[in-house]
Amino acid sequence: MRLKDRVALITGASRGIGAAIALKLAGEGADIAINYANSACRQEAETVKKQIEAFGRKACIFEANVADFNQAAAMTDAVIGEFGKIDILVNNAGINRDNLLVRMKEEDWDAVLGVNLKGVFNVTKAVVKYMMKQRYGRIISISSVVGVAGNAGQVNYAAAKAGILGLTKSVAKEVAGRNITANAIAPGFIRTAMTANLPEKTVAETLKFIPLGRMGEAEDIAKGVLFFASEEADYVTGQTLHIDGGMLM
Amino acid sequence: MDTFERVRKIACDQLSVEEDAVKMESAFIDDLGADSLDIVELIMAFEEEFEIEIPDEKAEKIRTVADAVKMLDEELK
Repeated sequence: MRLKDRVALITGASRGIGAAIALKLAGEGADIAINYANSACRQEAETVKKQIEAFGRKACIFEANVADFNQAAAMTDAVIGEFGKIDILVNNAGINRDNLLVRMKEEDWDAVLGVNLKGVFNVTKAVVKYMMKQRYGRIISISSVVGVAGNAGQVNYAAAKAGILGLTKSVAKEVAGRNITANAIAPGFIRTAMTANLPEKTVAETLKFIPLGRMGEAEDIAKGVLFFASEEADYVTGQTLHIDGGMLM
Repeated sequence: MDTFERVRKIACDQLSVEEDAVKMESAFIDDLGADSLDIVELIMAFEEEFEIEIPDEKAEKIRTVADAVKMLDEELK
């Protein structure tokens, strides 16, 4: 049990990488606040909750759109009200609206930046206040390989994911004196709903650039989150862990 | 406890300094060893202790214990 009695708030935890992270941390003894935004995901959030409870841990569901400053703050207060503290924050919520720059609509840019980057600001700002008081905190944000390498068709997504890295390093410097660490994970090509609808040709092309020769699983990312959340990473802050099968070196 | 005593108690807790060190004229940063994050935490602690909300433009002007006491007394009126 590497996270016995810790409390983790995970945004976008109803499915995909977020759900895998929730189960991984719960399996190591953490209680989990499950956030999701889209009411269509309610059922999936309930499933994750039941799975966490099967580990004998507490789980509660909080519906909130992290892109909304007030909703993010209200959710954080609600989590504190329910659990009494937040030791671990995992900024995982993300969306994509892919298109070539010349065809990208302003609302595609705004929507992706709103959830993927401003959402991280909103929730981290609300949570860090409590972490400062308790002199303990682990902030882990999910970036992406494309935030570092760029990707045609994803100027919005790549910009937001690169932004997370700058945010993470700055927060790491600001709150290090309060025993709070902030790190990021840059997943590569992971098998989730977000990558499920890609054309076979695109998948085959992408696999050529992955030395380990396969897509990653959500579980691979969850393992990295567990590392940053655990005592083993006490002296690690401001870092980006690339979990991408060697896609970017 | 008057405002000064309450401010002193918060400053001692927050900055790990002795009561004797905290005087009206003490500057939080120069005399009591606070950094910018400590100031933010002090303001948050004041807000909690006095059950008020301190606007940023007033918080930014606080340099000494006297500044804090004066600002808090004004807010509490």
